[in-house]
Amino acid sequence: MGHRYFPHTEADIESMLQRCGVASVDELYADVPPGLVLNRDYELPRSMSEKEVRDYFHRLCAANRPLTCFAGAGFYNHYSPAVVSSVISRSEFLTAYTPYQPEISQGTLQYIFEYQSMMSALTGMAVSNASMYDGTTATAEAMLMAVAASRKRNRVLVSQTLNPYTRKVIDTYARYHGVTVDDIRQIDGMTDLVDLQSKLEQDDVAGVIVATPNFYGLLEDYSGVAEMCHAHKALFIVNCVPSALGVIRTPGEWGADIAVGDGQSLGMPLSYGGPYLGFICCTRALMRKLPGRIVGATEDAGGQRVFVITLQAREQHIRREKATSNICSNQGLMALYATVYLSVMGAAGLREVCEKSMDGARYLVAALEKTGRMKLKYPSAPYLNEFVMTCDFDVDDFVARCVAGGILPGVKIADGEILIAVTEMNHRSEMDALAGIVENM
Amino acid sequence: MNREYYGKLIFELSRPGRRAYSLPANGCPEGATLLPEGLLRKSAPELPEVDEPTVVRHYNNMSTNNFGVDTGFYPLGSCTMKYNPKINEEMAVLPAMAGLHPLQPVSTVQGALEAYHTLQCYLAEIGGMAEFTLNPFAGAHGELTGLMVIRAWHDSRGDSKRTKVIVPDSAHGTNPASAAVAGLKVIEVKSMPDGTVDVEALSAVLDDSVAAVMMTNPNTMGIFESRVREIADMVHDAGALMYYDGANLNPMLGVARPGDMGFDVMHVNLHKTFSTPHGGGGPGAGPVGVRSGLEKFLPNPRVVKNADGSFGLSQSDGSLGSVSATLGNFAVQLRALSYILSLGCDGLAQAGRLATLNANYVKESLRDVYELPIDRVCKHEFVFDGLADKTSGVSTLNVAKRLLDHGYHAPTIYFPLLFHESLMIEPTETESRETLDEFIAVMRDIAREAAESPEVVKSAPHNTPVGLPDDTKAALSPKVTYFDLMQ
Repeated sequence: MGHRYFPHTEADIESMLQRCGVASVDELYADVPPGLVLNRDYELPRSMSEKEVRDYFHRLCAANRPLTCFAGAGFYNHYSPAVVSSVISRSEFLTAYTPYQPEISQGTLQYIFEYQSMMSALTGMAVSNASMYDGTTATAEAMLMAVAASRKRNRVLVSQTLNPYTRKVIDTYARYHGVTVDDIRQIDGMTDLVDLQSKLEQDDVAGVIVATPNFYGLLEDYSGVAEMCHAHKALFIVNCVPSALGVIRTPGEWGADIAVGDGQSLGMPLSYGGPYLGFICCTRALMRKLPGRIVGATEDAGGQRVFVITLQAREQHIRREKATSNICSNQGLMALYATVYLSVMGAAGLREVCEKSMDGARYLVAALEKTGRMKLKYPSAPYLNEFVMTCDFDVDDFVARCVAGGILPGVKIADGEILIAVTEMNHRSEMDALAGIVENM
Repeated sequence: MNREYYGKLIFELSRPGRRAYSLPANGCPEGATLLPEGLLRKSAPELPEVDEPTVVRHYNNMSTNNFGVDTGFYPLGSCTMKYNPKINEEMAVLPAMAGLHPLQPVSTVQGALEAYHTLQCYLAEIGGMAEFTLNPFAGAHGELTGLMVIRAWHDSRGDSKRTKVIVPDSAHGTNPASAAVAGLKVIEVKSMPDGTVDVEALSAVLDDSVAAVMMTNPNTMGIFESRVREIADMVHDAGALMYYDGANLNPMLGVARPGDMGFDVMHVNLHKTFSTPHGGGGPGAGPVGVRSGLEKFLPNPRVVKNADGSFGLSQSDGSLGSVSATLGNFAVQLRALSYILSLGCDGLAQAGRLATLNANYVKESLRDVYELPIDRVCKHEFVFDGLADKTSGVSTLNVAKRLLDHGYHAPTIYFPLLFHESLMIEPTETESRETLDEFIAVMRDIAREAAESPEVVKSAPHNTPVGLPDDTKAALSPKVTYFDLMQ
């Protein structure tokens, strides 16, 4: 008997071999030199039944410790409505590939079009692509886009307030692509615009990358930054958290040329790091420089509105080595995730998520400060739902004690400093429990 | 598929005052927050206002205008559209995995790290490599990562003059594009008439400026490159490394390993060979394997097994850097692990061979009516150069569209670029003989129809939810958002 995934009976194989004019399947491999043939089974377990696979995974799960989450640092524990997982498990969406045949792929093409529209509405930018892998690689691609658009510049400036995990990926792409990345200094958790101005003066900068909210959870004031960048022919790139864009000033309103970031905050499961969603949006002027796929509306022969992949001349399968990005697939199903999430939440839901998270954050900051052991590091700076606390105790020891109590208190970012995020998922009782642990430190 | 429900955008179903969300009370005082006006957006984002039943019906109806592997036969060449087992989906979203924050202390994610480490070891055994990283997010991302490994290795030896990559002209478009993004120049080498690498032409361009040769084996025509070991020796003698594009790994499962063929670095597409769903274009995963001696150049972080049997994260000094903040598309990795466990060594050995049998069966059944430019035993896929009888003027595009009318996804068309009318067919091992026989019959019908009433084929498709879209109009004045349509 064959494996449950393979329909072939012995009789099928026999008759198919006959059609192929060979006596055995191995004859179909006669062109593989004998020295290359693996004449043994892989050193792997033999096939398992479904029940055995299930047991295997349950054993792995038992070795994990899910925790009440106050960690953020780019990955946020927001609520995921049941509708979302229901829709993304539809196998017509799940088991399709890239919509190469638009006549039988309108489902995929239409949700990408809706996704592009929603990302445009959120970021205040004219154009979005069909999605990227994640926020870190999308930001690196934005850097490459700026370098390509500038034609002969290969230096970018990155604020020190950008998420350091994103920065690492930017640095990797830059190193191999021959791009120079320089810091824009930070002062008190905010980008030093004087430093930015002086570094732009050399007129060799292709792009400037800043963040909102930044890594420390702070909202920076980017008034005039777009003008500064444009005066020196540099593109202004804003990395942002889309969940917050229901409330905060958008990259479009700051005058950004490119808005970029990770869509994980749109209710996507943390899932130990992925899959998430990278997004990249830009002005109409830059549309033809965007990496990845773009879906556009058109008509079919009968005059009906339909959707297709468009502007393909930008892409790797046409341009090959002249392409400025190698991205092929997008993060399709996660784009559907974001689309359904945003349909469910709407503008009012996004605002409420933000407000509840902010209310919780204010409550937690007050509770932690009340212990006398922790202080808000940037007390005069505006923040949403994430903030840095300084502690008069050892952070590693604190994290360990919290974990023992079933709480992930945040992410250590320096000795004596912890980055804490609150979302609508956190109840006051959990915050009281966290403050209780601090009191006993 | 559902012509009846084709139509509106979610934005067009919006009515002020409707909502589909509910959020919990958090017990904290409300409205404590006042932010400076200048930091707030001026007006609410224009998102739809809809109720929950409307959202569900809208997207479910939309899904019926889509075609997936679960809908029908999907012989899309080089994409390995095999069946995506259902158990994998359940194993990918178990709460004790899905709820983990990527920055949790390693002591609280031992099960997750074990899953990662086990999969990387399994892939290393399957690829004949020393170690894999699972961090890259997709095949193209894996290629980029692999080329960075190669550059990091050359750099570590102070060999900085190697700035070129040799790529056969039949390669996937991502190969040269990945090389360009990695800062390398591409030298394209012409193929032999039988589609294999021209070893002499390759040898002629191989010098000390070459960092690597990228190949896939079997190649894009589904032909096994029998001289691969000879090529590898030549490349290694010239001081360069061999890169294996794992897009076509499926037929080699249980038969031969890239490491044994002489490849130094490779990637696999978990969404092709290892059955994770393509999701309408992602998320996939593109793990990268390296032979012994190259491990330390892999991207950070790496998952390691400690002497006491526990798992940890390590940062290597020689590493190329980071290509992701996290350990990659973790839930995709869980699906692949579930697949490998389900198949086991015995099932994997069958998978490759049955994929090859299915492809040869279809090829032999259609070769009299479609032009077979390379008449050899193929592996997982093969390429026709359009209809055998070209007098009707019916093109590969017409044949592809006519297949849609019959309830099939089309094969890959106009790739590889070696032929004018490429029609690239990859059936995979999970299709039954009956499915293949029906497909063969339809392909033969289309060939007959092309001769007898070519206009019917040329004007296809006829019964899909929508007709042939006007691509020129789409590109001429691009409308890429709902707001563009409103103008």
